[in-house]
Amino acid sequence: MTEPTADRETDVAAADREAEAVTADRETDAATATGNSEAIARAFADGPAYVPYLAVGDPDYESSLEYVEALERGGADLIELGLPFSEPIAEGPTIQGAVVRALEGGMTPDRFFEFVEDLDVDVPLVCMTYYNLIYQWGDAEGPRPFVERAADAGLEGFVVPDLPAEEADPLRDACDEFGLDLVFIVAPTTEGDRLDRIMSRVSGYVYVQARLGTTGAQDDVSDHTAASLDRLREYDVPKAVGFGISSGEHAERIVEAGADGIIVGSALVDIVAAGVESDRSTEAVADQLESLSRELVEGADRGYQARSSVADSR
Amino acid sequence: MNPADPADPTPVPGETDGKFGRYGGQYVPEALMPAIEELTDAYERYVLENQDGFMDEFRRCLREFGGRPTPLQHAERLSDRYDRDVYLKREDLLHGGAHKLNNALGQVLLAKYMGKERVIAETGAGQHGTATAMAAAHLDMPCEVYMGERDINRQRPNVFRMTLNGATVTPVTAGRGTLKEAISETMRDWAGSVEDTHYVIGSVVGPHPFPAMVRDFQSVVSEEARRQALETIGELPTDVVACAGGGSNTMGSFAAFLEDERVSLHAVEAGGADLSIDEAAGVAPNSASLYAGEEGVLHGARTKLLQDAHGQIVESHSVSAGLDYAGVGPELAHLVDEGRVTPAAVDDDQALEAFHLLSRTEGIIPALESAHALAYLEDVAGPDADADAGGGNGTADQEADALGETVVVTVSGRGDKDLETVIEETADRDIDGAPDMSAFTGGI
Ligand SMILES: Cc1ncc(COP(=O)(O)O)c(C=O)c1O
Repeated sequence: MTEPTADRETDVAAADREAEAVTADRETDAATATGNSEAIARAFADGPAYVPYLAVGDPDYESSLEYVEALERGGADLIELGLPFSEPIAEGPTIQGAVVRALEGGMTPDRFFEFVEDLDVDVPLVCMTYYNLIYQWGDAEGPRPFVERAADAGLEGFVVPDLPAEEADPLRDACDEFGLDLVFIVAPTTEGDRLDRIMSRVSGYVYVQARLGTTGAQDDVSDHTAASLDRLREYDVPKAVGFGISSGEHAERIVEAGADGIIVGSALVDIVAAGVESDRSTEAVADQLESLSRELVEGADRGYQARSSVADSR
Repeated sequence: MNPADPADPTPVPGETDGKFGRYGGQYVPEALMPAIEELTDAYERYVLENQDGFMDEFRRCLREFGGRPTPLQHAERLSDRYDRDVYLKREDLLHGGAHKLNNALGQVLLAKYMGKERVIAETGAGQHGTATAMAAAHLDMPCEVYMGERDINRQRPNVFRMTLNGATVTPVTAGRGTLKEAISETMRDWAGSVEDTHYVIGSVVGPHPFPAMVRDFQSVVSEEARRQALETIGELPTDVVACAGGGSNTMGSFAAFLEDERVSLHAVEAGGADLSIDEAAGVAPNSASLYAGEEGVLHGARTKLLQDAHGQIVESHSVSAGLDYAGVGPELAHLVDEGRVTPAAVDDDQALEAFHLLSRTEGIIPALESAHALAYLEDVAGPDADADAGGGNGTADQEADALGETVVVTVSGRGDKDLETVIEETADRDIDGAPDMSAFTGGI
């Protein structure tokens, strides 16, 4: 994460000087906004972060444990664990399918927390879910009990796609109290005041939605990505790009465009789904998850090197 | 507006911060937020401030294309039966056959004013989809309608009507294939198409400004009913009764009466087969979110929802597809908490009985949704009503003498779309006063 900022400082383009001044202003804000969780900060500290997502409990508790552990073996720097909600409005068909399988397999918030405690991994874990589940765990005062339980289980933060920054204060306060991060998503349509508002409240990292629509693996990298990263350059928060990344080559291009991390969900969930469909062994599916993970990490590293050498040659 | 002046045509002004007490808000994915801000701005300018004469054009469309005003009819047989004056607000006579056109016309017109190029909608009974398809054809806008697969099967006439009006009907197979899934799917489409597409939401649900805006478009129902009551009865009614799915018919029927404290407002939900929730199976055999629901967040708003203890939304049930939804509008939830609106529920059997009763005695075949409102009359004031308490599967609030001397019931729609369902459901059970269905069970 420190790297791209350094790049920018060597950039002498006059137009950038102005942006720089704005950045200096914002950096003081960002210092308070970024980083409740040291583990998350570390995940982005050296080189691009590989951030995989899986729905917890898909297709069952035991296999799901194996799958998440395989992600770490494949090089995950941080893992987003999906706590399944019955109405996942931000998800495309792939993750919807995972959610249905997990719920049919009996996944609940309580089981989810047990899962986090049972996991044998050494990277920071972030819970990705919808607000109603957090809200129902809460009490009249708000979502604090959920956050307390999550902190207890060892989670480091949350991504809640149906909770915009404007409605997030109660959750953000509880996260601050327990030292967790609250990550917000920034869409290709997010600009101006809204962008400022979100970026002043984000903590940990910002989830850069690579294209409009819902989650789902894509065949190509969206043109929106570079533009979005450009818009975010002046904010000193790690930028992880997600929505649609499915290959090492995508990872390479996105990191080369300036991402500090790549978030990959549907491409991994597709492997789980195919495993269910063709009745593959848990081990075989886990191996596939591990090898796609390696491919993605290698791609991201190539992109990072390309980006660094461009910066060096300037 | 001044509620004392029945001639005042401006819509009921709402709170524009999107909160109704503890309910409401804007809980949507970030990709939708700019569209929601744009819509909020358009709502404030065009609807609340009548910029560019928007509301004038809307009202002209309602008159000329929609056929407004609809009558407030004194129902002779029902008045005799219930021993009080019963008036029917005939939204079934609106073009398209349901109150849904008021909102659909308003939103499609607004989409035009906003320069959008396409509208999308979801539909349960097909009634909102039909209304949107009609409005879109009338105003020359491409239209796509998402509809649960199960609802497509039980509302075929409406699917056909939408198709005739040039809309694309897209089946939704997720979950149980009803309105809840169709709304989620439409939101997904919108998240990818916000730049040129407006989502015509079908009820007073969803993120702000939808609940306030849809209420404003529907409030023409109560504005007319209030004026018509003053003209024909010479005073305000004692009660207004309307069925509640998402709550657009209820809010439309109540809006102009909200400040008339002496008018009692009754929101009748679908009690389905049973008012409990089966958490293990993840289903509610009812759609009574006001009665059996708990506060939560779904489809963009904080409101009352049918959910399990973990917060998973359960599948709802009603014999009427248009009431079959696990949530309810945030303003209606708030008005119930405040005690301004009294919730009630009637079950599937009661609704079917009321359907046959109205058809036979008044010559009006009501939508199954509307039949719920009529069944409430039977429940609390019919010949078999318990003198002390509500009968059947009614809620605790359903007490005898719940109704005063002059009752307005909104007939939110006509029953043509429900005929196949009525044949099947009636043949399956023992419905009081229903004709023999056996000659029709092969279809009509
Ligand atoms: C005729 C009719 N009445 C009532 C409803 C219930 O919806 P709402 O509560 O939003 O008016 C519907 C919904 O489709 C309907 O078609």
